[in-house]
Amino acid sequence: MAEMVIKNGVVYDPKNGVDGERNEICIKDGKIVNNVGAGAKVVDAEGCLVLPGGVDGHTHCAGKINTARVMSPHDMRYSPIPGLSGPEPRTKLLRPQVGYNTPNTHAIGYRYSKLGYTTIAEAAITPMMARHMHEEFESIPILDKLALVLLGSNWQVMQYIQDGDSEMLKSYMAWALLASRGYGVKVVNPGGGSNWTWGKNVSGLDDKVIDFDVTPADILIGLAEANEALNLPHSIHVHCNNLGIPGNITTTLATMKLLEKVKASQDRQVMHLTHMQFHSYTGTSWADFASGSDQIADYINSHDHLTFDMGQMIFGPAMTMTADGPTEYRNARMFDAKWSNYDQELEDAGGIVPLAYSSQHFAHATMWSIGLELALLVKDPWKVMFTTDNPNGGAFVNYPEAQMLLMSDKKRQEVIAGFPDMTMDRISLPNIDRELDWGEMTVMTRSMPAKMLGLDVKGHLGAGADADVAIYDVKPDKVDVSVEHEAVKKALSFAKYTIKGGEVVVRDGDITALPKGKVYWVNAYENGIVQAEKDRLITDLEERFKKYYSMQFSNYMVEDAYVSRPVEMRPEVA
Amino acid sequence: MPVIKDVVCTFCGCLCDDLEVNVEDNKIIKVGKACKLGRAKTMGMFLHERIEKPMIRKNGKDSELEECSYDEAITKAAEILVAAKRPMSYGWCSTSCEAIEKAVVLAEETGSLFDSTANVCHGPSALATQEKGAPSCSLGTAKNYADLIIFWGCNPVHAHPRHQTRYSTMAKGAFTPNGKKDKKMVVVDPRNTDTAKKADLLLQLTPGTDYVLIEALRAIVNGHEDVLPDEIAGLPKAKVMELADMCKASKFGIIYFGMGITQTRGRYKSGDNVSSLLSDLNQTNKFVMIGMRGHYNVTGFGQVAAWETGFPMAIDFSRGSAYYNPGETGTNDVLMRKEVDAFITGAADPGAHFPQESVKHLYTIPAIQVDGYANPTTEFSDVVIPAAIAGVECDGTAYRMDGQPIRMKKLIETTFKTDEEILTEIIAKVRELKGAEGGA
Amino acid sequence: MTHKPFIDIRIVTYNIKSTVKGVRMIETILISARTIDQGATLEEKTSQAYFDAAAYCELNEGNLEALGVSVDQNVKVATAHGMVVLPAKIDARLPDDIVFIPMGPWANAIVDPDTCGCGMPGFKGVPATVEATTDPVLSMKELMATYME
Repeated sequence: MAEMVIKNGVVYDPKNGVDGERNEICIKDGKIVNNVGAGAKVVDAEGCLVLPGGVDGHTHCAGKINTARVMSPHDMRYSPIPGLSGPEPRTKLLRPQVGYNTPNTHAIGYRYSKLGYTTIAEAAITPMMARHMHEEFESIPILDKLALVLLGSNWQVMQYIQDGDSEMLKSYMAWALLASRGYGVKVVNPGGGSNWTWGKNVSGLDDKVIDFDVTPADILIGLAEANEALNLPHSIHVHCNNLGIPGNITTTLATMKLLEKVKASQDRQVMHLTHMQFHSYTGTSWADFASGSDQIADYINSHDHLTFDMGQMIFGPAMTMTADGPTEYRNARMFDAKWSNYDQELEDAGGIVPLAYSSQHFAHATMWSIGLELALLVKDPWKVMFTTDNPNGGAFVNYPEAQMLLMSDKKRQEVIAGFPDMTMDRISLPNIDRELDWGEMTVMTRSMPAKMLGLDVKGHLGAGADADVAIYDVKPDKVDVSVEHEAVKKALSFAKYTIKGGEVVVRDGDITALPKGKVYWVNAYENGIVQAEKDRLITDLEERFKKYYSMQFSNYMVEDAYVSRPVEMRPEVA
Repeated sequence: MPVIKDVVCTFCGCLCDDLEVNVEDNKIIKVGKACKLGRAKTMGMFLHERIEKPMIRKNGKDSELEECSYDEAITKAAEILVAAKRPMSYGWCSTSCEAIEKAVVLAEETGSLFDSTANVCHGPSALATQEKGAPSCSLGTAKNYADLIIFWGCNPVHAHPRHQTRYSTMAKGAFTPNGKKDKKMVVVDPRNTDTAKKADLLLQLTPGTDYVLIEALRAIVNGHEDVLPDEIAGLPKAKVMELADMCKASKFGIIYFGMGITQTRGRYKSGDNVSSLLSDLNQTNKFVMIGMRGHYNVTGFGQVAAWETGFPMAIDFSRGSAYYNPGETGTNDVLMRKEVDAFITGAADPGAHFPQESVKHLYTIPAIQVDGYANPTTEFSDVVIPAAIAGVECDGTAYRMDGQPIRMKKLIETTFKTDEEILTEIIAKVRELKGAEGGA
Repeated sequence: MTHKPFIDIRIVTYNIKSTVKGVRMIETILISARTIDQGATLEEKTSQAYFDAAAYCELNEGNLEALGVSVDQNVKVATAHGMVVLPAKIDARLPDDIVFIPMGPWANAIVDPDTCGCGMPGFKGVPATVEATTDPVLSMKELMATYME
């Protein structure tokens, strides 16, 4: 492959200590290298902002989203952000595009790329449904992908925890990642998914799961310890119990405290807490509901075993989709909204409900504030991942909007000025004047997600990294983001260049090439589990398939045909 | 004699994946575990009237089909589609998702209307989902949990013969270890069907009154039984109360629904109301639903179309972007408006399964058929392209009625091109022809 | 209070044509649906087996007697959208007001093509009449040929 060099850029590469310097970025064979020959193609960044390609460590982009698409033809025609939403006809290069919260696969690839994002992590897929997710992955162009596999209400997991059989738990976890060609372990409302099949839920960490002698706390500890025993690149990725309920901060804090006793197998968190905004509520009802971001931030500022992402809300229509089945039913009843549900045999629950968030509703205004408060009150950006829990809190095409909110106090105050009075004594945001700089923003949108996931080749521009680079028409040394946030937002929405694996895929906001992305997955089974334990697991699984599953064991595992560009990662065996 | 185990049956939406097939000299000589439908399909391969050669009708609909080469047929097909102002692509439900993806590309490339057999099947269920959502579960969940099974407007004994033993009434699951003994079964149908023979309760309603009955159940579930008349949908109120009581007494109920919901008066509004009923019931019990899908991969069409285009069916690419309005862009609507001027169909048989008015129009326009067997569609097709049988002669993906994808196996070798290959070649030819015209 | 079967408004103008003296006729509702034999012969629609599986109609015994028709005698089933000749069979469990035809070309010759603006034609619940006839049943190919203009 041809060589390339990016010149005259203002580079932010926090992992490598580069903070707005005019470094050259050299690219060869899809990788960042230290230098290239004289014949290398020159990309002149003209003093613009140069960042590693964006990494979205938590998005709902394949699998469940397809049911959401079927539910929402209205979304397909909705276009609040011209160029990044709504119907667009095919071109000589591009397939037709539709949608805002639930765009078609092609639009997902094009639009993330336009934002300068190059890697995305599907946040919730059951092993049994992984084949479907990979079919959509194959159809999403350009981006590299990975998947987090739902294990928090899985019968095998709960059975082995109940039996105290940590070896089987470890074997199953490794096998489930292999079977689904998955990357990491996701835990959603632990135990609650299983109870939801009976129409019930759990109310906290110490409830008993109906059909197994385990509690959500047992599940979290069991999975976290197995995760570390397998030395997986990512920690467990947790959606706490009691999402969206006033007073849920108690559960969230208890969950964080619970994991203090687990030791990380490597230099990263032992738990990533996702969409924290939805889990940081004080109060006893919607009447006295308020932000608990200060308590959450205090805890995180004084502990180093966890990371979190914002789950920032965007005003306007959203599409909620989660394995948290009971939450979706509650949403549907509360807003008289349409409701889809899916209970996946032995593995997890799931629901989908379209919602709309209004700046004129005090509860929504408060939730919007909480996401920003969390990111601003936590001092170390390496603990914070930027997300909207796409499209639960809002569609990913709004990332530049939310990034500007973090970088401009002025912009925040303008929005807050329009909030109903009932919001004001529930939030602390008006008193927070911190504005993120480009280095901090780069951490939260690139470097931190890559580190949190254990993806060494992403999120930075050092030699050996994948040559995923975003160049934006922003001159960091000339622009005052705090004031000129509208212009900067536009620049972040349509990258000047997006380079993916050394290839220019976006030029001046338009897609120029459609390379096929890779799929990262973790094989901790092959070398990580001894043969005797493999045999013991398979014998047990065969029995369970015969009795409880609706498909044959031999037809269950995702076949190689579904992952055309795999990158298999094998953790070192401890 | 080699036995291929865990073969996926490619007849109905049950997508049973436990068949045992014996192959000898590239012939299927025995099919184990299949129902009558699955056996007929898989074994019948060698008995049925296979389309052996590509064929073209050279002198109008009343001339004979004449054998030709694949190249000639594919070129002719591409010429028809490129020349058309309002082409339509229909079907693609008894084939693999990989082929369906190609069919989407061809439709985009030719600015076609694009629709599936759901147009005459569960299309209204998709509309109902758009109105009110689809509270559902996997078939294995239903097997393990369901203690109340309601077959509403469907007849699995005839259309999904292994459904009851594998997934529903007779299936033994984690919380239903005794099978039928642990479950109640209800049939709602104007006919006393063969499925109803084993039902604990049959509600033989007046044809076309499904919506009324659902609404009555909602009234009871929500505590308003007093407003109901003595007779509902042709049934005594007591009988409706009995069903409502069974619903309320169940821990996990499921409604399997079929064409009795989608094709009768009210169409999608009945499905919409089923969703509303389930939303009501879930305040106190767990209750879900699954549509009984006919073609083994019609669910897959909906999935592929949704992720590729944003819409599950009835898509119009004439604007370059995807446009969707099922009552306007659905196959039968455009055919009856005589709007379509060229038609390509694959892995479906509109000739047999469309109303007379639609078929009449198909006799007036150039038609292309891609299929393994001769059928009524062959009668009016001007280009007939023989295809390998997916799941027997080639592998690929199919989605079960509950949305579970399973990989189909290739059982025997074939000289026929697959649907995917045929579509790929037509796309290439279309691009070549359009390139020659200087089109985009 | 008895609910009559719902009848679409536009059917009100429907005029039953058969006024020939001595021909007994019943008014009924057409339902088409899958059967296992129709399904088992789905991939061989040019065969006798498919013809046998799809080209018939079912009534209950009382209805058949009222028509003065015995099993396997031909009847003419007519709706506002067409008519088709089929041999009659008995389904003893059918209610009085239903004539059943397996899904396929013969049923679809007379179903209601109107989609009511939602894409789906009326394959079930179509008002129909049934009367005895000596006309022959058309084969699949003969039936399809009637659509050629």
